[in-house]
Amino acid sequence: MVMRSVVVAAVVSFTAGLIVASFAGFREFIPGLLEGAWITVQITAAGAVVAVVCAVTAGLLKMYGPWPLRWLAVAYIELFRGTSALVQLFWLFFVLPLFGVTLPPMTVAIAALGLNIGAYGAEVVRGAVGAVPRGQWEATVALNMTRTEALRRVILPQAFVAMIPPWGNLFIELLKSTALVSLITIGDLAFRAQQMNQTTFRTAEIFSIVLVIYLAIAAVITVGMKALEQKAAGAMARGRGH
Amino acid sequence: MLWDWSYAFEILPVLARASLVTIQATLMGFVLALVLGLVFAILRMSRAAWIALPVAALVEFIRSTPLLIQIFFLYFVFPEFGLSLDALTAGVLALGLHYGTYCAEVFRAGLDNVPRGQWEASVALNLSPYHTFRDIIIPQAIPPVVPALGNYLVALFKETPLLSAIAVLELMQQAKILGSTTFRYIEPITLVGAFFLLFSLVAAALIRMVERRLNRIGAR
Amino acid sequence: MTPQPMVKFDGVTKRYGALTVLDNLDLEILPGEKVAIIGPSGSGKTTVLRMLMTLEKINDGVIWVDGEPLTHMPRNGGLALADNAHLRRMRGKIGMVFQHFNLFPHMSALKNCMEAPVTVLKLSQDEARARATELLQMVGLGDKLDHYPSQLSGGQQQRVAIARALAMRPKVMLFDEVTSALDPELVGEVLNVIRRLGAELDLTMLMVTHQMGFAREFADRVCFFYGGRIAEQGPPEQIFGQAHNERTRQFLSACLEAI
Repeated sequence: MVMRSVVVAAVVSFTAGLIVASFAGFREFIPGLLEGAWITVQITAAGAVVAVVCAVTAGLLKMYGPWPLRWLAVAYIELFRGTSALVQLFWLFFVLPLFGVTLPPMTVAIAALGLNIGAYGAEVVRGAVGAVPRGQWEATVALNMTRTEALRRVILPQAFVAMIPPWGNLFIELLKSTALVSLITIGDLAFRAQQMNQTTFRTAEIFSIVLVIYLAIAAVITVGMKALEQKAAGAMARGRGH
Repeated sequence: MLWDWSYAFEILPVLARASLVTIQATLMGFVLALVLGLVFAILRMSRAAWIALPVAALVEFIRSTPLLIQIFFLYFVFPEFGLSLDALTAGVLALGLHYGTYCAEVFRAGLDNVPRGQWEASVALNLSPYHTFRDIIIPQAIPPVVPALGNYLVALFKETPLLSAIAVLELMQQAKILGSTTFRYIEPITLVGAFFLLFSLVAAALIRMVERRLNRIGAR
Repeated sequence: MTPQPMVKFDGVTKRYGALTVLDNLDLEILPGEKVAIIGPSGSGKTTVLRMLMTLEKINDGVIWVDGEPLTHMPRNGGLALADNAHLRRMRGKIGMVFQHFNLFPHMSALKNCMEAPVTVLKLSQDEARARATELLQMVGLGDKLDHYPSQLSGGQQQRVAIARALAMRPKVMLFDEVTSALDPELVGEVLNVIRRLGAELDLTMLMVTHQMGFAREFADRVCFFYGGRIAEQGPPEQIFGQAHNERTRQFLSACLEAI
């Protein structure tokens, strides 16, 4: 039901958007908005990488690390989950230079958003690894594997498949949170939209097209994750030999 | 120096006043989200496809697009039609609509979990749909999903800083104003962050307590 | 002169909180012996196997395997609790087949059997493949090497599990109710494999089972567990024929009534 309505919404609004955009009046917005969309996609992709790395590291450390690292992981997770994404973004943007760390705004944005989503992702990793049946662990003990070998060869490959749907949701959250970078003057899709709105005040048209573009990117993410899930689960569920 | 304690204490009252606006926006937004969420969920259950599908598409549309854009949209679009909303109203409307779609999913799960037999018994007793929902279904659907709703309340609370983009004088906006006037950003933003963190931790603990009590009651 | 026992439980006690599951257990198993463990649930039978496989920690006593302590290690002339390195070394002598198979679902039958030899024993891929193929053929699944667990029946999965355990060349094989989770018509194929193993390989085998007929025909010795202790043990003729202990007789007649 969800997939169907996503597809319906995407197709209908994309078509409507194209028809509407083909009118001369809207054509002037498209190039600028697409430039902004490209920035948005870049931040989303880079942020996703940061998020996954942070999540797997923090999740595994929280479950299996030595206690100092485990506390570090818990602190990271609670801090970034418990505070607002915009506050984190502003904090890193305004405060890091005071510590002598000057980074380009895009980098700060990617780091802040990646760390934010990564904290939620750590719980997803933890949940997926914890959901692997205990019998699998016992089988690795019976075969005299170390815990690291067991994680690497048996547990994580199974947890990976279970993780994909929640990560799909998190990547969509990441996409939506990229709009915040417009508030620290990064020229993403939201920024371009506000800019155009301030100059032309054609709010309804501009923001409608913008919402459609975000939806299109979200649809691509959803479809991509579904395909990844099929591929990853394929060997386990349907048993294709390799 | 990096952190000025006296300045931090000085701005606490100002931030405290702004936090009232934050809390106000949170509560109003959440109440709207609950109402809209329930409406969306019930409409989606309709067997008439021409109601259910567009509502589902609308819900997906709102859920999958940024709240910030929706805030801008509502704030700037209404004047085009002659109706001007003040920033707080537009912000609360956007929050309520956006989180209404999340709550709709939660309510949908809750409603789905009510056994079919309850619906059938209501039909057998000739209860009207309204009374079925009000007296039989909803009282059973809501308690299990209260923790999930609690989580969304906290999430909504953490997104109120977005209202600073349309100059609602809540915590983030106040912090920005303080920072831009005194050029000291670290204290305001850190204090705002600490406030959110404290609230989230307390709320998370409360939700866990509620969850435990509900599990004990619901366990058969 | 009696040969040195392959497995020895020396005053072993296991507690879960206030519950004592194994009570000062003494048990010796000779090399190559096939021992069946029977008894009501909660009597501690599975715990015996799990402790031998180091899946559970010991509370009191010592377990010996192949002349060396398993749960403890020699230190300063005495015994201290074993550290991880010692456990890993000793664990390699023991293999276990589980009630619910616990095959790795993301690997084919062949890869399931190759995984530990490559990762733990550091065999080359070719050596591991040759060993796995031979064992899978021995359990009658030579034509299902590339099948995944989801494509195999319960009986076939359990046979893969047996081959997987054997691939590590253990000296002691543990079978924990390996047919209890199978549909009745699949039980026979697994028991046949175990029978074959008993005849062809020089393995010490310890099996917890409810298959009384199989135990009677296959085991050298049967141990009846009750309340965390061995209530009675002896050759099958004694246990199944004229058990000395009243409880043994009660348990067996209750089992027979269920048929």
